Amino acid sequence: MTYSTADIDALLPLPPATFHILVALAKEDRHGYAVILDVEQRTGGELRLSAGTLYRSIQRMLEQGLIRETRDRPAPELDDERRRYYRITPFGTAVAGAEARRMSELVRMARAQGLVLSKA
Amino acid sequence: MRFYSALLHLYPASFRGEYGGEMRAIFGARLRETPGALARLGLWIQTIADVAINAAAAHWDILRQDLRYTARTLARSPGFALTAILVTALGIGANTAAFSVADFVLLRALPYAEAERLVKLWQARDGNRRATNQVSPLVYREWKTSSRSFEAMGASYSNAVNLVGQGDPQRLESSVVTHDLLPILGVQPVLGRLFTAAEEAEGAAGPVVLSYGVWQTQFGGDPSIVGRQIVLDGNPRIVIGVMPREFRFPNREVALWRLMGATEQSDDDVTNTYWEVIARLRPGVTREQATAEMDLISRRLQERYDEQEDIGVFVNRLQDELSTQSRLLLLALCGAAACVLLIACANLANLLLARALARRKEILVRTALGAGRERLVRQSMTESLVLAALGGALGVAVAYVALPLLTTLVPTTLPISGSPSIDPRVLAFAALLTAVTGIAFGVLPAWRSAGQLDLTGLGHGTRAGGGRRERARSALVIAEVMASVVLLISAGLLMRALLRLQSVDHGFKAESVLTLRTALTTPRYDTVAHRAVFYRDVLGGVRTIPGVSSAAYITSLPIAARGGIWPVIPEGQSLTRAQAQTASSRFVTPDYFTSMGIPFRRGRDVSDTDETNQPWVAVVSESFAKHYWPGEDAIGKRFRFPDSLRTVVGVVGDVRMRGPEQASEPQVYLAYKQVLDGQSTFYSPKDLVIRSTVPATTVVPAVRRIVQRVDPQQPVSSIRTMPAIVAEVTAARSVQVRVLLAFAAIAFLLAAIGIHGLLSFTVSSRQHEIGIRMALGAQRGEIVRLIMRQGIVLAAAGVVPGIAIAYAAGRGMQSLLAGVQPADPVTFAAAGVLCLAMTLLGSLLPTLRAARVDPATAFRAEA
Repeated sequence: MTYSTADIDALLPLPPATFHILVALAKEDRHGYAVILDVEQRTGGELRLSAGTLYRSIQRMLEQGLIRETRDRPAPELDDERRRYYRITPFGTAVAGAEARRMSELVRMARAQGLVLSKA
Repeated sequence: MRFYSALLHLYPASFRGEYGGEMRAIFGARLRETPGALARLGLWIQTIADVAINAAAAHWDILRQDLRYTARTLARSPGFALTAILVTALGIGANTAAFSVADFVLLRALPYAEAERLVKLWQARDGNRRATNQVSPLVYREWKTSSRSFEAMGASYSNAVNLVGQGDPQRLESSVVTHDLLPILGVQPVLGRLFTAAEEAEGAAGPVVLSYGVWQTQFGGDPSIVGRQIVLDGNPRIVIGVMPREFRFPNREVALWRLMGATEQSDDDVTNTYWEVIARLRPGVTREQATAEMDLISRRLQERYDEQEDIGVFVNRLQDELSTQSRLLLLALCGAAACVLLIACANLANLLLARALARRKEILVRTALGAGRERLVRQSMTESLVLAALGGALGVAVAYVALPLLTTLVPTTLPISGSPSIDPRVLAFAALLTAVTGIAFGVLPAWRSAGQLDLTGLGHGTRAGGGRRERARSALVIAEVMASVVLLISAGLLMRALLRLQSVDHGFKAESVLTLRTALTTPRYDTVAHRAVFYRDVLGGVRTIPGVSSAAYITSLPIAARGGIWPVIPEGQSLTRAQAQTASSRFVTPDYFTSMGIPFRRGRDVSDTDETNQPWVAVVSESFAKHYWPGEDAIGKRFRFPDSLRTVVGVVGDVRMRGPEQASEPQVYLAYKQVLDGQSTFYSPKDLVIRSTVPATTVVPAVRRIVQRVDPQQPVSSIRTMPAIVAEVTAARSVQVRVLLAFAAIAFLLAAIGIHGLLSFTVSSRQHEIGIRMALGAQRGEIVRLIMRQGIVLAAAGVVPGIAIAYAAGRGMQSLLAGVQPADPVTFAAAGVLCLAMTLLGSLLPTLRAARVDPATAFRAEA
């Protein structure tokens, strides 16, 4: 699949749920519930995606080509037949990266203005 | 868990199908992780909120997608989109306009408090509503004191008055009421108060309540009007109150209300029927119960006054006080509008079906890419609803423009304003109609387009699977033809009735006649001598206006006024007044017959020398002379009318006093001077009839100057031409007929388009077959016959039931047909010819195309 910078920019800024799902899928394919658990863990329990939010995001991300469903299954003993696994696409990786850059750019600008950033 | 599965049904089916299993699994896991009842309750609350929000969002996602898709497809075929929107707009516009009038006149509660408890009481022959009469004061008093069904009862009669002292003298309609009448209606004045029983008892010097309209126009909305003195008919009156802007009673013409005097109330003449009686039913009492009680009371009265025939009673809901004719006119209009919408829906369903077929490949591709049946139906419905919504919006605009044309259909006899408006209620109706329309024309194509999934293969030609679909499309076209036949015939019948009424000879020559009113008031014009001076001076002046050939005064104009019906007792016969037959009586000045163009048959006109000391004379109409003295010369014969003996000196042609639709009593014209002072002043000539060769605009100012010179306090009112008075009788009809004809034309066109569309489709889908037939040696003539036959079968299948329904509709509105038969051969023949034309028109292009099919091309296209 080919894509341009314009395709990426059109999707920014990403909704937080979308960004978190991309991050959760960055290293490995996961099924929906695993994504929820991963996000919850990584944010220290602050963001707990609901099933509705998750699958609505997944539906849109599939349409946007950020992720795809994968037929590759993990080791059979870990697999649950009912579950669908999702994998980040190269486009999804690029978009997630662009979003991360966008946010760190914001952070840089804020810091340059002397806004306090470290946690108290 | 079962509850969670049920909750998931809030999501769109496609979403649920895709992710429902996963979501149930996640919810199950969450539930297992959550111990304790309280925590589980929290989880449930969270979950329900989550489902509600995300399900709505998921629906919205799909809707947005479908709307985008619809916008794209419609933009790709702007011709189709425009046709569909215009057709819908016509259908919805027609219905919205018809509904707003019908709702305004037929459905909406009258603008009074608890209007459903208000009834009107009529004197009637054995409760027969076709033979109702107004009520005499004596009967009213009996009813009021004996009945228990009513909370209150009041009476009124209408009487015009001259208002002097506010700029030009004005003629105003007024209603004379008993003190308890206005409170029955439950409307409070915006200023001041209503009449009291005490005022009525002491016969106080004329308190007056003004309508909002006259308060604004005549008194500039003066906030200190209450307590002010005004002059009505030369008598001082005190304004005690002003009614609200929307208040009208008993009709929209009335400008002020006066209190009934003691003499009128104590009238003992049982034949003097001129009151309108309104009553409010006690809570819980039905109209039927009230009728039963009133029947008993009137039976007692009947025994006491046995010579009076119509002392029975008819209790009618005030809401139902609407002539059958007005009601039928409106119902016919609504029926016709519904027909147009039905045809529009059938047409659009057909267009969409045809298009769904053209898009079969696209839909199959989408299905192959994973679009579910539910998504396709939903997509298709979104499209038709969008089309309907656009059409509906335009339709409301159509209705808004069309509405003023329909105001003639609002009867003036109702206590409502003359012009309905597009209000939220009407808009809600239009919105509902739009939704129903969208679903009606969208559901069949949507269902079909989903059904196509069962058909196989992208490679097949368009011939595949045609049969079933074609039957559905044929049925739609047949329905269109049927509805348009019904409309054509109904409109045709009503048009024939209108033409018949308009061609009726009224007995006078209305052209070039201008009329206006100078109503002389008592006590100033109490004596014959005073009035004679006024007539002499005004007529003398008017006759000198250039272009005026003759002018005269009469009590009241034919058609415009129908009262003044007196019993006739020929000399030598002894009849009671109740037994006698009646004639219409009018006092006239000389030259009335010349001015009105009524032909003289025998004898002479009344003259200025026919005074009280001379033999009392009468000019009678031909039917009068024939009825009383058949085969004899009526001149010189005498009759009692109503109390004085009159000698016939002249015979003139008959006039249709009651307009073209009703039979008229014979007419008697009396000399204006032959009446005793103080008697029958109500019948004093007040309508001026002028025959002139110059336009009214130049005559009227001259007449005004003359009247002003003769009597500066005398108002001039009701300036109208005689042709306008004649036209007014059929005005509501002619508007209705015009609207129906427009509807019929639309229906006709749509049905022709429907036939055209279906045949075109047949020709393209049977191209292969036609090609084979031609290759096998079929002549072009045979192919033409093949296609034409289908067109004619379609038309015939619609025309036959259409004719039956039209006949039934015609019988339903027979009272509107003015004697034209519901099976009028001319109308049916004309409709038949038009339907044939419609079929030929619709079949023309497809047939030509079929005849031009080239076998070689047909095979190639199919390969």
